[in-house]
Amino acid sequence: MSLAASPNRKKILAVASGGGHWVQLLRLAPAFVDFDVTFVGVSQAYRSDVSDHKFYSVTDATRWDKIGLLKAAVRLVWINWKVRPDVVISTGAAPGYLAIRLGRLFGARTIWLDSIANVDCLSMSGELVGPHADLWLTQWPHLERAEGPYYRGAVL
Amino acid sequence: MIFVTVGSSMAFDRLVRAVDEWAGFHGRTDVFAQIGQSDYQPKHIKAARFMDPPEFRELVRSANLIVAHAGMGSIITALELGKPIVVMPRREHLGETRSDHQVATAKHFEQQPNITVAYDETELPAKIDRAETLPLANQGLPGASPRLISTVREFIEHSSASR
Repeated sequence: MSLAASPNRKKILAVASGGGHWVQLLRLAPAFVDFDVTFVGVSQAYRSDVSDHKFYSVTDATRWDKIGLLKAAVRLVWINWKVRPDVVISTGAAPGYLAIRLGRLFGARTIWLDSIANVDCLSMSGELVGPHADLWLTQWPHLERAEGPYYRGAVL
Repeated sequence: MIFVTVGSSMAFDRLVRAVDEWAGFHGRTDVFAQIGQSDYQPKHIKAARFMDPPEFRELVRSANLIVAHAGMGSIITALELGKPIVVMPRREHLGETRSDHQVATAKHFEQQPNITVAYDETELPAKIDRAETLPLANQGLPGASPRLISTVREFIEHSSASR
């Protein structure tokens, strides 16, 4: 039986905005092997990086762009409804925050890996999303806190 | 070939101008820049505003040296492909970014052998000159930390949607 047909294969929704967030998400790919993973990026241009997987794009919105955030949220509701993920994982930023909040509403468990770019303090999205992530991770040991985020290594 | 990249989110005229002037001064014709939303029009170097991730990766692969803002996309891609990189952090007070996180990134990664940091445009020319004399590392980056991968993997294995 092919893996694709297995009803028990966990479904993952892996979401990141552009540039460094996306590159860091791809470095987590070994953790997704054998799972049914769907990637979400902020432009169709990212599709070719994950050509062996399902891919959707959402509006590239920052937290200062309310209309963009709304568009991204509507699209992420649709994607969550379509994919029904067991796990939603994101490396940021704003679209990842939305994906985690919405994924939770759809019953998924959630992972937030804060970007390694945030050396001095957590990202704004990371601080906000933390309480809604079932696994809340930082990539810097000095940013680990007893109540989360936890440090379990880095993508580099 | 030197590949210059400033990402796609905001302008970074200080870096584009400094590299352009450096190339003009040295008569260099082998510099290509991805300038994003920068306003400065390069006079000496070839430039494109945006490029697809595969094109971006290919340019990094064919370059001998990368000059970039201190963004993680640029840094990780250069390290993955074993290329030396000179980074200059964007600054918040100059309207180049919304927080000074690139300064912290630059400070932290400065210890790594393939990474050179220029903290502003006055430092950049000398840093590029020096980085060009460094031996090409060409040593790919190992993957993410095994502990991180196994933490994520085990979490997924023990997760099922509740509905």
